[in-house]
Amino acid sequence: MNTTRKMSRKDLFWLGLLAFFAVIPLTPWFSHSSFAQHVMIQVLLYSSMAQAWNILGGYCGQTSFGHSVFFGIGAYGTGMAVVKFGLIPWPGILAGAVIAAMVAVAISYPCFKLKGHYFAIATFAIVEIFNRLFMVWYWVGGAIGLDYGFTEPGWKNFVWYQSKVGYFYGVLLLFVLVFGIVRWIEKHRFGFYLRAVREGQETAESLGVNSTRVKLSAMALSAFLAALCGAFFAQYNYRVDPPMVMSLDMSMKFVLITILGGLGTFYGPLLGAALLIPLQEYTRAYLGGIGGGVDLIIFGLLIVVVVVYQPRGIMGILDRIVNRIRRSEGGGK
Amino acid sequence: MATFLQVAFDGLLNGLLYALVAAGLSLIWGVMDVINFAHGEFLMIAMYFSYWLGFIWKIDPIISSVAGGAFVFIVGALTYRLVIRRTIGKSAMSALLATFGLSMLIKNICLNRFSPNFRLLQDTLLGGKTFNLAGIIIPVPQLVIGLVALALLFVVYRLVKKTRLGWAIQATAMDKEAAELMGINTERIYLLVFGLGGACVGIAGGLLPSYLAVHPEVGALFSLIAFVCVAMGGFGSIPGALLASLLIGLVEAFAGFYIAPVFKYVAVFGLYLVVVMVRPRGLFGW
Amino acid sequence: MALLEVRNLTMKFGSLVACNDVSFDVEKGSVVGLIGPNGAGKTTLFNCVSGFYKPTSGKLFFDGRDVTNLPAYEVARLGAVRTFQVVRPLKEMTVLDNVLVGAFLRGADNETAHSVAEECLSLCRLEDKSGNLAGGLPIGYKKRLEMARALATGPTLLMLDEAMAGLTSTEIKEALEIIKGLRERGITLLVVEHIMEAIMSVADKVVVLDGGEKIAEGTPRDIVEDERVIKAYLGAKFTERLKRTGEVTKNG
Repeated sequence: MNTTRKMSRKDLFWLGLLAFFAVIPLTPWFSHSSFAQHVMIQVLLYSSMAQAWNILGGYCGQTSFGHSVFFGIGAYGTGMAVVKFGLIPWPGILAGAVIAAMVAVAISYPCFKLKGHYFAIATFAIVEIFNRLFMVWYWVGGAIGLDYGFTEPGWKNFVWYQSKVGYFYGVLLLFVLVFGIVRWIEKHRFGFYLRAVREGQETAESLGVNSTRVKLSAMALSAFLAALCGAFFAQYNYRVDPPMVMSLDMSMKFVLITILGGLGTFYGPLLGAALLIPLQEYTRAYLGGIGGGVDLIIFGLLIVVVVVYQPRGIMGILDRIVNRIRRSEGGGK
Repeated sequence: MATFLQVAFDGLLNGLLYALVAAGLSLIWGVMDVINFAHGEFLMIAMYFSYWLGFIWKIDPIISSVAGGAFVFIVGALTYRLVIRRTIGKSAMSALLATFGLSMLIKNICLNRFSPNFRLLQDTLLGGKTFNLAGIIIPVPQLVIGLVALALLFVVYRLVKKTRLGWAIQATAMDKEAAELMGINTERIYLLVFGLGGACVGIAGGLLPSYLAVHPEVGALFSLIAFVCVAMGGFGSIPGALLASLLIGLVEAFAGFYIAPVFKYVAVFGLYLVVVMVRPRGLFGW
Repeated sequence: MALLEVRNLTMKFGSLVACNDVSFDVEKGSVVGLIGPNGAGKTTLFNCVSGFYKPTSGKLFFDGRDVTNLPAYEVARLGAVRTFQVVRPLKEMTVLDNVLVGAFLRGADNETAHSVAEECLSLCRLEDKSGNLAGGLPIGYKKRLEMARALATGPTLLMLDEAMAGLTSTEIKEALEIIKGLRERGITLLVVEHIMEAIMSVADKVVVLDGGEKIAEGTPRDIVEDERVIKAYLGAKFTERLKRTGEVTKNG
């Protein structure tokens, strides 16, 4: 009884959150400021990216620094459809995501044999290789990349020029999809298997879990969703080029936002993005005068502090606060 | 044939530079099982250090490199004290992530203070000098760095293998708790190892402004190449790191010259993947 | 046909022979003890049977099927599930979640898995710990968690690797009760154990390893009197003591 009531309370919170996001565009704060729109879109995009990574890195415990490759493939999928083939973006988005998932499986099958740092360095190496190859792959635009021409704004072409509200609802859909999938996973067998593989691969195998298949499925799903995020990114920026999407810095964003918010937790990616993105955007906008890199200085410092003092991230801090309140309530009775 | 030898020689010299950068990383990795992601930024700090000494007081990088080594020793020891020490015993990735945060911090402080401009020291003792040996043009600064690399690797290797301190380091690397029971102050060993790792890269960075421009991003690529050298060489093996560095220098030079410059790093990182697929613990790893 | 047949199993690590030409059967419904001094090759044998090592030579048949080269998870799916001597709780998961991982082997349905898990928890007397993180349990509970988790997979053969080592005598008694309960449920057990007294009271058959070779096989009673076993492992004094306790239990 108790558990079902607790679960429904969690569901209510989640639905409330979605309702909150859905009505934000109606507020004057949002509709009058394209900067506010930009920040909100970025928060939802980066939290979706981090959540996509979280499936593999948080729940399954495989720290990949290669997710910008899948993000990039997704961005190129839609970019190619629009710029090279003159199509609407949707088939490109889907194709990009499917290709990203296949590439992810092909790459990670051998890489999963590597342990610890050897695996981490292999994922760095893969990002560098893809970055360099896309730089000279002229069919996909090489170093110059792909630039969108003008297309009719609206859902069909998934571009808007004046107002960003369309992009906001688009990214909200993406957010609901990624977070919804993770919510479903958390409650079902696959989620238990993911965490079992993270906590002890041999133990999981002793209980009949095919850990290689679990890891590869997690990788494929994670890459697929990361590619969808990449496709949104391309549509939002009207262009794609290799350093923009396939770089170590982009890879690290997937990782660091999740770590900041709370690794392997459902709300961690959202919390990480909700802290970091506004911080980044507002320091860039308002502290730009004192020289470049201020946002990244703060970000770097935050990462060091979180990893060293609160490895469970913002979720860890929240947990601690909640526990303290509960304890003092219990003491009161 | 002369071109071939020239390319090979350039590759080897570059490989020695990588070995010098990788040596400190290898030491830290071998003893503490920690990857210092800020290693390239340590190099960059030393380069700026040497650059400003040269720019303001006209001190030559040859002399600055010693000071740079000492300076980054302190940076390394501080990093250990303030950051790394608190990540030990936590998840395997936490030191890597913390040092990544540190690298962002250092890189962007330098960007903020020194601007993204490339800076090269003029009129150094070695800068721009070359000589010709049987048709191969040998750049003096690179040659000096290569020789320093060999000497320093030898010293570090001897230090670890043949001295009392080295035995304490090895004992700590093998089994921290057992080493503590034997009366080794592992805390001090770790501090020292991190400092020494910093000093190696500090010396390299001190010498570099003779021929390489300083800018805030200069460390990033060196970091990645050093990781690859160390991992390819095998967990904490200094001879392994040297061999891997030379191999990477050669592959980089040949791929850059005979295929296309852009394929340099594709070849280097591809080589790493091939090697670890065949030997998952590196060339000299077990 | 026995449930598990071990045939001429040999496992070498380089030049070290950990198991040499070992053969024995585990009959359906029985409790078989596997004993031997340290380094006798018990755990190696266990790792081979459960699919964690590929034996150098020899064959393994489970339920009539050749399982020699199957990976560990396949062996577990067929119904031969093991525990680990050094406990391996899935630390950052709750006790219930640990057991659920096992319970999901027989189907993805949440409700069934939950009811199986609850049942195994109560069978191993862990129900009041179900919400705790597994990493924080005391060792006795962790050992029982190993058992509950393996049990939740619905095994036909349960292989316990020193499930009683390091426990207090009360905890051993509890563990023995659980084992007896399992046997009554029709689960076949292969038990590696150091604690002789414990195993002798529940085993139908005992296999003794020494230096990687099987030196004896028989009922507990025969084993205690076997010359080679006494020499290799038990020591004369121990036999005396064991005989006496055996008489006590018989008389009592």
